[in-house]
Amino acid sequence: MSGLVLQTAADLAGLIAAGEVSAHEVVAAHFERIAQVEPQVQAFLALDEERALAAADRVDAKLAAGEKLGPLAGVPLGLKDIFTYQGLPCTVGSRILEGWHPPYDATVVKRLLDADLIIVGKVNMDEFAMGSSTESSAYKVTHNPWNLDYIPGGSSGGSAAALAAFEVALSVGTDTGGSIRQPAAVNSLVGVKPTYGSNSRFGVVAMASSLDVPGPFGRTVLDAALLHEAISGYDPMDSTSLNLPIPPVAQAARSGEIKGYRIGVVKELGGEGYAPGVLQRFNESLALLESAGAEIAEISCPHFTYALGAYYLIMPSEVSSNLARFDAMRYGIRVGDDGKRSAEEVMNLTRGAGFGAEVKRRVIIGTYALSAGYYDAYYGSALKVRTLIQQDFDAAFAKVDVLVSPTSPTTAWKIGERLDDPLAMYKADLCTIPANLAGICAASIPVGLSSENGLPVGFQIMAPAMADDRLYRVGAALERGVADAFGGPVLNQLIGSPAWDALSAQAVAARFPNIILGLAENLS
Amino acid sequence: MALSPDDVARLARLARIDLSQAELEHLAPQLDVILESVAEVSKVAADDVKPTSHAIEIANVFREDEVRPSFTAQQALSGAPVKESGRFRVPQILQEDE
Amino acid sequence: MTIALVDYDQALATYEPVLGLEVHVELNTKSKMFCGCSTDFGAEPNTHTCPVCLGLPGSLPVINRRAVEAAIRIGLALNCSIAPWCRMARKNYFYPDMTKDYQISQYDEPIAFDGYLDVEVDGEAFRIEIERAHMEEDAGKLMHMGGAGRIQGADYSLLDYNRAGTPLIEIVTKVVPGTGAKAPQVAKAYVAALRDIVRALGVSDGRMEQGSLRCDANISLRPIGSQVLGIRSETKNINSLRSIEGALHYEIRRQAAILDDGGRVKQETRHWNEAGYTSDGRSKETAEDYRYFPEPDLAPIAASPMWVEELRATLPEMPAARRKRLVAQWGFTELELRDVLGADALDLIDETVAAGASPQSARKWWVGELSRRAKEANVDLDRVGVTPQQVAQVQALVDAGTVNDKLARQIFDFVIAGEGTPAQIAQKHGLAVVSDDGALSAAIDRAMAANPDVVEKIRDGKLQAAGALIGAVMREMRGQADAARVRELILEKLS
Repeated sequence: MSGLVLQTAADLAGLIAAGEVSAHEVVAAHFERIAQVEPQVQAFLALDEERALAAADRVDAKLAAGEKLGPLAGVPLGLKDIFTYQGLPCTVGSRILEGWHPPYDATVVKRLLDADLIIVGKVNMDEFAMGSSTESSAYKVTHNPWNLDYIPGGSSGGSAAALAAFEVALSVGTDTGGSIRQPAAVNSLVGVKPTYGSNSRFGVVAMASSLDVPGPFGRTVLDAALLHEAISGYDPMDSTSLNLPIPPVAQAARSGEIKGYRIGVVKELGGEGYAPGVLQRFNESLALLESAGAEIAEISCPHFTYALGAYYLIMPSEVSSNLARFDAMRYGIRVGDDGKRSAEEVMNLTRGAGFGAEVKRRVIIGTYALSAGYYDAYYGSALKVRTLIQQDFDAAFAKVDVLVSPTSPTTAWKIGERLDDPLAMYKADLCTIPANLAGICAASIPVGLSSENGLPVGFQIMAPAMADDRLYRVGAALERGVADAFGGPVLNQLIGSPAWDALSAQAVAARFPNIILGLAENLS
Repeated sequence: MALSPDDVARLARLARIDLSQAELEHLAPQLDVILESVAEVSKVAADDVKPTSHAIEIANVFREDEVRPSFTAQQALSGAPVKESGRFRVPQILQEDE
Repeated sequence: MTIALVDYDQALATYEPVLGLEVHVELNTKSKMFCGCSTDFGAEPNTHTCPVCLGLPGSLPVINRRAVEAAIRIGLALNCSIAPWCRMARKNYFYPDMTKDYQISQYDEPIAFDGYLDVEVDGEAFRIEIERAHMEEDAGKLMHMGGAGRIQGADYSLLDYNRAGTPLIEIVTKVVPGTGAKAPQVAKAYVAALRDIVRALGVSDGRMEQGSLRCDANISLRPIGSQVLGIRSETKNINSLRSIEGALHYEIRRQAAILDDGGRVKQETRHWNEAGYTSDGRSKETAEDYRYFPEPDLAPIAASPMWVEELRATLPEMPAARRKRLVAQWGFTELELRDVLGADALDLIDETVAAGASPQSARKWWVGELSRRAKEANVDLDRVGVTPQQVAQVQALVDAGTVNDKLARQIFDFVIAGEGTPAQIAQKHGLAVVSDDGALSAAIDRAMAANPDVVEKIRDGKLQAAGALIGAVMREMRGQADAARVRELILEKLS
């Protein structure tokens, strides 16, 4: 395995720009790594080697011609299969869209290509982004590189697993109730849910329109920040897009200065039901932040206890409407069209065969919550709770700069463990959902492994809308504290571990220092 | 409020999803549990609380009335399960709707 | 249709009709409601489509500003209040012509509400209360294959989504009681007035036969004196003003027959057939559950008082006011005005006058000859096949003494046949009165020689007898003579 795959995205781009390595070599090295570990990880739904290498060659040509390229030019990236990208099928992890080739590109995809990032392929996800384990994908089960018997989180589980297994240097996901932060947490990655409306949803197959937002995954805070800047910004094709300047997130990631920062610990997001191993790392992290100069205070957000309930009414209601269009008339699979059956029967059969159990559950709950006679009690009440949660955040952010909590109450669980226990599955998003309901921004930062099972633990930071830079500032401070505490990034504990050998044939501890270099760069 | 398999069947018809009897019986109790746990929201949803339908408050987002390039017929029909003479071909439609 | 009908007057002697009208106006914006695709008719199927109007996964709508302005201007023209803040809503139902399987519409927050429109029928004024006017999108076009092209019994259907996403304004009245036997005329007058308004506003061409203005007519009957509303039927597929009158006339007679037998009217949508009857449609006994909720993909619309006033300032003179002005200007009598409105000829007369004809001559042609032809052809007057400009040109020939009314009517035949301008036609077919006195006097001499007894009568002072000679001369001239001139010449000769 080439050590190139262990580099941070920022360093890879630097090496490529400096001409020390070609984009072609970098991309080729990642495809070599993919060939090696993909059979174990199962993160990809589609690979695009030919176009990726051609794109890399174009980057090399531009550089040879003396062009000045973006800070991530030539860096290989994994794209969640929820984005439309011409030339690759877009399945959204669902049987019902099998073989659909979108005739247009998502805005985020356009921006990735404009920034000369290299899209390596499309990665696995829970069907229509509904799930916290990527097990609801109709195509394959993706495995957690830290322990192949465990789930990689979800719904952006493929994005996270591919990045944690060093198959790509960056990846893009979407977050509706935690779908970026929870997979980031269980794979020991940086995952950011930007402010709602700051990243275009155009070309993102909708799950819950008022909650969905695309966002970056990185192995370091700076990598995530650079990707964040590459994909964010106003888009006239998205009516909910904010016409505001993107906060200086990369600058904040480089600084990491938090002296005098006021950090609020959400009282309601902790305690009972939270794994001791998770709480332990969480509390250590608070100490690290305090020693970095921050003031820690406990803040109560009384209505957060109703967030899960509100979320599981608002989201399915929007889902039931957003997924209506998959009716076998214009695209996707068509089942039972024997020339005798009616359009209605064909719709019923196609949706019955094309949707998985979790999608059916949510569509039916949403149909119920919106139906005559129940609207006020369910959907209507949920919208009011949404207001109360926003008020909780407003009150809290009047007192502190950011709020923090564990990203998820537990670490990853065994594949299959919660498959038929929807509520248990839903609880994985307990801490991440409030941010989506309020539209504010939030991130998950790796803070070590649980002493219970040796699996990664994530630390969630929440900041007001359009104050995304605070996430990166606090995230960078925490990243440093953790690195100092463990003598390197948490991911380094994967490299060379038994799990690492299970992942790949060859041990590669030799390349280990590269990533330290990557981190050193962040510290400077 | 307990959801019976018949209720689920009615909702599935409304949502145009064909469900087997086995699925109905499997789903009904699951949905019931979920609905019970979410029903708590009505407890705090007082009349004086205004509902929030959009996460971020913005208004009057418009485009100007300008014609932009459209698909070619081939692009438009590229995903069609069945097409005929430049149109999407769909099974017979039984009853007229809105 | 073999179905019992009660005589109209008899039905009205027992029951009071209550109206409710829903009109869909297709806006004439350049681009669609939520995307940049063209709204032009007649393009190759599915070539005015994009990810948005095809409802492709991942696509998002963006509201056309001009459509919102049109909605507000229509609301103002209908004396409505304009909502200071409102949202679009999703109306959820599955149907293949609706690409997202929900329609983006408005539910409990229409952009315009609580207005009215005054109409006049035979000099009697009626105020139609408007409940709401809201914005929504049109659906694609279905083509049913096999089964004689009708939806029933078709083998399969073909879809063209060029029309999908075209902006519509739906205007809904409150229930309209108290129109009695005039109910069908009132409905027709209301839709005609709406059409005149959207045309005056320039927001739609309001062509019913092209579907750019569509009317669903609800009507129910209740025993005269009762305050309880009866069960209504909703007739769709009405594509001309005449059909509105016809459909409601028929429904009153049909429902009366049912009620007379002690039956119960079915709540259903019915279809108007040009053959002159309504046929069963879909039963609406079980109300559908559209699961409306606020459209999360679109930001709310907040019409500031300033914006509303800017738009109010753009309102043109409203048809009713214009009518009063024109009629005063033209000096029509009350009776003449009624005929003009009854014939729906006001705009046509105005354009004809603008093209140079005198108001009275324009009125005469449109209300008389041309209305007769429209009735025969069973089309609305503006589809009779003669333009106001052509009428003015014909009248110019009459005024110049080149043709008389009889010849003018022949010219209209050729105009409708598309043979060219009235002048060319007169030329080509030699349609011109003979004004050459020489030819006339020769003909008169022959007529006098053939009718000595008549000549005697005239000499004895019985001038009215001259009619016989004039008739003889006109016959010889095959009508192409100026009767007045003939009379003059005869009297000269005999004086």
